[in-house]
Amino acid sequence: MIVAEGRARPWVSGARKWQDRGFTIFMWACATVAMVPLVLITLYVATRGYHALSINFFTKEPAGPLDPTAGGILQSFIGSALIVGMATMFSVPLGVFAAVYLSEYGRGWFASAMRLIAEVLLSTPSIVAGAFIWSVVVVAMGSFSAVAGALSLTVLMWPVIARATEEVLRLVPQDLREGALALGLPRWKVILRVVVPTAGAGTITSIMLAVARGLGETAPILLTALGNDFINTNPLQPTDAVPLRIYDYARTSVEPLHVFAWGGALILLAAVLVLSIAARVLSTRQQKRIA
Amino acid sequence: MSADRDPSWHAGVPPPRRHSRLADRLFSGWSAVIGFGLILLLLALLLELTAGGWRTFSRFGFGFLIGRNWNPVRGRESFGALPFVFGTLVTSALAVLLAVPVAVGLALLLNEVRGAIRNPLASFVDLLAAIPSVVYGLWGLFVLKPMFDRHLEPFLTSTIGKVPIVGALFQGNPNGPDLFTAGVILAIMIVPIVTAVSREVIAVVPRDLREAALAVGATRYETIRMAVLPYARSGIVGATMLGLGRALGETIAVSMVVGNRPQVGTSLFQAGATIPSWIASSFREATSVGLHRSALLALAVVLVGVALLLAFLSRLFVSRTERLVAGQGAGGAVETEMLKVT
Repeated sequence: MIVAEGRARPWVSGARKWQDRGFTIFMWACATVAMVPLVLITLYVATRGYHALSINFFTKEPAGPLDPTAGGILQSFIGSALIVGMATMFSVPLGVFAAVYLSEYGRGWFASAMRLIAEVLLSTPSIVAGAFIWSVVVVAMGSFSAVAGALSLTVLMWPVIARATEEVLRLVPQDLREGALALGLPRWKVILRVVVPTAGAGTITSIMLAVARGLGETAPILLTALGNDFINTNPLQPTDAVPLRIYDYARTSVEPLHVFAWGGALILLAAVLVLSIAARVLSTRQQKRIA
Repeated sequence: MSADRDPSWHAGVPPPRRHSRLADRLFSGWSAVIGFGLILLLLALLLELTAGGWRTFSRFGFGFLIGRNWNPVRGRESFGALPFVFGTLVTSALAVLLAVPVAVGLALLLNEVRGAIRNPLASFVDLLAAIPSVVYGLWGLFVLKPMFDRHLEPFLTSTIGKVPIVGALFQGNPNGPDLFTAGVILAIMIVPIVTAVSREVIAVVPRDLREAALAVGATRYETIRMAVLPYARSGIVGATMLGLGRALGETIAVSMVVGNRPQVGTSLFQAGATIPSWIASSFREATSVGLHRSALLALAVVLVGVALLLAFLSRLFVSRTERLVAGQGAGGAVETEMLKVT
């Protein structure tokens, strides 16, 4: 802010003063309007979802139509863990190596092209990733599956990890690399033992952001993992996930199950928010440490 | 910064022993291969979708985009995507109309206010981007929609609805799923990305310009209008396009409130379908049927084509603002900002 408070200010006519005040009010109104949905959504999800939480909710599969609320959504939790776990396993090495290339070796048009493509992939609608894996994997294998779900999430998570990790690796001071090289360490060791560990917390941050995204995605896993009413741990079979269950229960005509949708949303929202807030805190701390 | 970014940081260092040079080659080669994998991934994605949609494009040609009839019944197949293109455009346009003024006002505020409130406010907006789309959909379906049914939509029908021409948009039965609710949900969802990018382009406007405006006695509003906005304008257009791209591709939240009924009409208060919502609601029946599947993949091609075009254009516009203020070192800042709201 440039204007020093308390100093003499030029004279401003009444009309201009009111125009200025009006504009300030407009800006604050915008901030309020943007905040309201976040607050409302969190409140609604917390208060409505709360009623669904019970031991059964976490430990049982869906019950029959006679007493739908006696069951739970255990299969969704297991499925989400399976799908997102596999997707993380695929996309972390891919993303980190791509980031190492971009930040440590990449130069010239090839690296710029790669960076551009990573960004293009970032702005690809998630359903397109789903349609791609649906067409390549599901149709070819003849079955929806957890592994197809994980692959569709990998399409989304790989570029996120690559670009975010690249940014962190770039923050590592040049002196550290030079110092390590001066000691006679080969480059690959410098990268693995010095650069990546120094950026450690930042790398984890970018992975957490990607996992948060993967957990919340619905469309791509709908097209690939489809969903399942029962626990499934076979990666080649259709598998449930929390977002899929919410989507299903939100549209069902069995009204008691609507509260289960809110319950699932509560768990999902809590997981995603905790991950993104933790990632933010970590990355602020990391930036302070390096700088 | 530029010295830091120079990748030739090994210059001047004596060559390491031979075996580690081989290890170095392997390591750099491996990471280059993985990086190249990203390029292959995009190529594979585009090729697969285009190849899959080819049968539809070659059979229906341009009629695919302007046909109104979507019939997957074997032997009587007809695939016209107009209702979906229409629904996508209407909901996204509404989202952009509602979201951009709010996002730009918020971005301006974030550049004006001081430390103590700025960071919490900015993180709050970023968190909005972290909410999963299915949660937006759930809230839209059970909270926002009933509220609109009872209050907002009847109110709009009885006020703006009476204005000639524009009024046609606000006619009809407020109950049931509609394009209007989908547009509002999309607007909420794209506020973070438009804010984040606008904020970055506003932040790179040179300080001198603001100071000059303030020095000649401009108020804060006048400074923003005469010094800040002219510079940031093309960047804000870029931010808008990015937001539009997001809105076009959003699937689940829209699918939950829009009704998934392929129809074209004048009122916002009627059900509709968008390209992504239609793919999500009909892929099950299409998995084993060739032409139906091809038609859905063709829809995906249209979607990804438009989304990539918008992403590309938005980059151009944003970098125009950055070029205007060249020397401010804003390059890359926008992408970094984007990552936070991915």
